[in-house]
Amino acid sequence: MYLWSIETLTLRARLLHCMSESSVDGEAVKHVAELARIELDDEDVAEFAEQFDEILSYFDALDEVPAVDSETELVNVMRPDEVESSLSQVEALANAEETEDGYFKGPTVS
Amino acid sequence: MSTNAFITEETIEPDGDGPLSELTVAVKDNISTAGVTTTCGSAMLEDYVPPYDATVVSKIKAAGGTIVGKTNMDEFGMGGTTETSAFGPTENPAAPGHVPGGSSGGSAAAVAAGEADVAIGSDTGGSVRNPAAFCGVVGIKPTYGLVSRYGLVAYANSLEQIGPLANTVEDAARLLDVISGPDGNDGTTNDGGADSAYAAAADGEIDTLTVGVITDLLEGADDRVVDVFDDRIDALEAAGATIEEVSLDSLEHAVQAYYVIAMSEASSNLARFDGVRYGTSGGSDGNWNESFAAAREAGFGPEVKRRILLGTYALSAGYHDKYYKKAQDARAWVKQDFDEAFESVDVLASPTMPVLPPALGESLSDPLQLYLMDANTVPVNLANLPAISVPAGTADDRPVGLQLIGPKFGEETIIRAASAIER
Repeated sequence: MYLWSIETLTLRARLLHCMSESSVDGEAVKHVAELARIELDDEDVAEFAEQFDEILSYFDALDEVPAVDSETELVNVMRPDEVESSLSQVEALANAEETEDGYFKGPTVS
Repeated sequence: MSTNAFITEETIEPDGDGPLSELTVAVKDNISTAGVTTTCGSAMLEDYVPPYDATVVSKIKAAGGTIVGKTNMDEFGMGGTTETSAFGPTENPAAPGHVPGGSSGGSAAAVAAGEADVAIGSDTGGSVRNPAAFCGVVGIKPTYGLVSRYGLVAYANSLEQIGPLANTVEDAARLLDVISGPDGNDGTTNDGGADSAYAAAADGEIDTLTVGVITDLLEGADDRVVDVFDDRIDALEAAGATIEEVSLDSLEHAVQAYYVIAMSEASSNLARFDGVRYGTSGGSDGNWNESFAAAREAGFGPEVKRRILLGTYALSAGYHDKYYKKAQDARAWVKQDFDEAFESVDVLASPTMPVLPPALGESLSDPLQLYLMDANTVPVNLANLPAISVPAGTADDRPVGLQLIGPKFGEETIIRAASAIER
């Protein structure tokens, strides 16, 4: 059912969780690609749909994880709100392909 | 094929003297160097020149280190073989014809090939330890927050740490002494490494050391890897260490939790690459959504797209609780399991990688298979702990690494134990 191409890999046991609970089709891939602003051609969509189905099925095993009480050890890190030196406008714009009058130039916000 | 360890070879002179004087240092290409191209192994940032140095780069220069170049890596750190780089794969100098591991494969290869004395990489789910193991060198993933990430191009902030690679445990520890310590520019740093003396801990003294072998991580591993690992553990016992077996139930879910969290954070972090402020522009004509989508289509490789899309999926309405929230539960469980284990042992041990280095081109076509290769390294990042990979020997002429995991801020303990294995 699953073909390993790495001769040495013997991790099949970890894949026993693979049940096809999730099912990802081309429409789902196109939807997230739109949310993530990544253009995909039809070939990419088909390949990703197949791979995502397999990967998300593997992630489904997270259902077995018990709710865990975690003690938070986090504290807020604050600093005074003081003006400090930073990049000059020229430095900040140096890596942009298009600039105009000292500003970044982007596409129209629609 | 040349080793192709570097994307950019350029000398950056030191501006001080110190523990790194006379040493050459290779820097992973996702760590900012002022005025020197920093590509992250991506076509998106092919021409990106940072206007400032990462904190670790400033510290290396101040400590006398001469930087010799920026090393090849999986695109944005996403991969375990250095084959997803837009600038071609790196070959493993210690096992020609095979991958060097990843994502810091160029850094490990540079050290293994003698093209740099020491190197720095970044480790989000094993990206320092994996290539260290595959190339037969030493690599350290520090406790979360020990080393500043200021100037590291972010992939998954809650998991990643910059760490050293070197030919010896002592040299890796010396570089960690230099780069560790709190930094006002990174609010997640702590003072765990402020007055460190890690290099001095590489003294091989292990008489009172208790080592827990994580049996869960031996079960799925290649027999040839396990044989080399067992020999080293036997040698540790003969040298006076106490060996115990430890089993951690949560590890069954670590790879799933790791990838859900890493991909989710990646989908958010990499939103910044829209081609306007830096990177490949999608043009300023037309609709902004289309322009950004075109820039990202052209600039990102397949593995980066895959992780951004899966992360977007895991965080999207209806799936957040099913994937992201459960992954956070699993992360807390892994932490808890490690904390309990460290009540009875000083360090935990496993093979760094469950497999020998694959041949170049052998594994790239199957993403899930590559994710499973990270089974032994990702639990450490989920638990924010320090770990070291030290050469343990070879099997079929390919290096095998042994991983030692310590409790939070247990860098000295893992360095001491690793230095005993090295001898």
